[in-house]
Amino acid sequence: MKMGKFKMRLYLPAVAKGLWVTMRRFFSRKETVEYPDQAKVPRKGYRGEHRLKKDEQGRMKCVACFMCQTACPAECIEIVAGPSPWPDRDKIPVTFNIDMLKCIYCGMCEEACPCDAIELTPTYNIVATSRADKIYDLHKLLSR
Amino acid sequence: MEPKLDLPPSKPVLEIEQEREDDLGGRRLVVNFGPQHPATHGTLRAIVELDGEIVRSMALEIGYLHSGFEKIAEYRTYNQTVTVTDRMNYLSPLCNNIGFALAVEKLMGLEVTPRCAAIRVILYELSRVADHILSVGLQAMDLGAFSVMLWTFIERENLYDIFEAVTGARLTTSYTRVGGLFRDVPPDFEEMCRTFMAKCGKSIDDIETVLNENRIFRDRTVGVGRLSKEEAISFGLTGPLLRACGVPYDIRKARPYLGYDQYDFEIAVDDEGDVFARYRVRVKEMREALKIVDQALRALPQGPIWVDDPRIVIPPKNADNAPSGGMEGLIYHFKNYMLGHGVCPPKGEIYFATEAPNGELGWYLVSDGSGRPYRWRVRPPSLYNYQAFPEMCAGKLLSDAVAVLSSLNVIAGELDR
Repeated sequence: MKMGKFKMRLYLPAVAKGLWVTMRRFFSRKETVEYPDQAKVPRKGYRGEHRLKKDEQGRMKCVACFMCQTACPAECIEIVAGPSPWPDRDKIPVTFNIDMLKCIYCGMCEEACPCDAIELTPTYNIVATSRADKIYDLHKLLSR
Repeated sequence: MEPKLDLPPSKPVLEIEQEREDDLGGRRLVVNFGPQHPATHGTLRAIVELDGEIVRSMALEIGYLHSGFEKIAEYRTYNQTVTVTDRMNYLSPLCNNIGFALAVEKLMGLEVTPRCAAIRVILYELSRVADHILSVGLQAMDLGAFSVMLWTFIERENLYDIFEAVTGARLTTSYTRVGGLFRDVPPDFEEMCRTFMAKCGKSIDDIETVLNENRIFRDRTVGVGRLSKEEAISFGLTGPLLRACGVPYDIRKARPYLGYDQYDFEIAVDDEGDVFARYRVRVKEMREALKIVDQALRALPQGPIWVDDPRIVIPPKNADNAPSGGMEGLIYHFKNYMLGHGVCPPKGEIYFATEAPNGELGWYLVSDGSGRPYRWRVRPPSLYNYQAFPEMCAGKLLSDAVAVLSSLNVIAGELDR
């Protein structure tokens, strides 16, 4: 604070210094990402759009245990369970709706899933033209 | 039926809104400063009574960003509530995550593992940098130094890249869980932090070169919005604002948590109590925060990130990403998410405060022994800091009010909750 008052009043050294920093910044590498032409790819582990996984035989992994629905803080998952056609499990989901407008992408469904059936993918630009399109059903979640 | 609201009108606002004549017969002008003014950085409304360009009096109105977070939290389990905390603070969400987790852990009497504590300290201090660097940038922008704001945004972007790699989201981090973390840090975490720290140090140097001796910046900040030590304490100010008034109070030193007493850092203090002092305190705090990050990275211990308590730990997953530990692990996994079986603090109440970038961020929790908080109250630093705003502006120019407000760094989401 106790800088010389005279030096302060001179005003020009500060301007020169400021200009120098600004020019150096001006000619340094550009940080801007030109978004639509040049998309930023998030790392693995980014919490974006959901998908339901399938096992080696192409069957859905989900066993309708309702864990994700219980863990979800936004209450956006709606599951209706039905009998399973396969002998290794009792239940499969008949409906599995995720309301993407309610979803807050916290990743708690993935954390809660005991079967590694639901996953958040790094897809972040999710566009829809109607509200109905934003409710992802079983078919849509499995096809991702 | 229409709800009948019989609330008493807020008095100071009304008093000001009646335009009065002053001694010279000229009329005083009442102006709305906000809630949609770009300089208010959020939805803050100040009703200003002007005499020419001089601010004669001011009344504040808050609540434009009220989201009912506290009520929402009463209907969520403790782990789910973490998602609410980061949405309150849009400049340093991780600080809120960590502060809340610490409060619940204190209520339950848990002590996190050394690795978990170190990671939390690193992220806490990086968030402090994220908050302060943006605050300094916006402060400069409000006073006309636009390029400084762009430089600070670059650093903030780099920081958000780190947060994104660690937590999986840029702003809505939701990283902590009671007794641990959502997941461990990525393997290249230290490298990312080191790269950032080297770059950020240079950026802070640049900012200081441009602003410290800048005549315009100094003229508009030195002596503006001055508050004395006593006034600052009586207003309940905390954080950089209090320290800029010459009170060396920092919760990290006064009541250390997360092992802050092991780290070597100084409390940034300035005596002037004006806008320029706040800027200097913030810059110094950023440097101290980077110092803490450096120390914590160097001593980052290996080991588990979860406490050893199967009641609350979300069990680690094996190679197939299924809960490990066989049937027992599966049962614990299920119980963790069932209401009333997972995180259930004992009956009681607690107040726990952390030193958030803006000041004392306190959490008051009342538990009735169930899986959900009975009452959840936040002491946001912004609310207490913002109430000193009229005092700082009285008798000053209206343009000084802009400088003062940006130096307060009010986060409206936290203020209105």
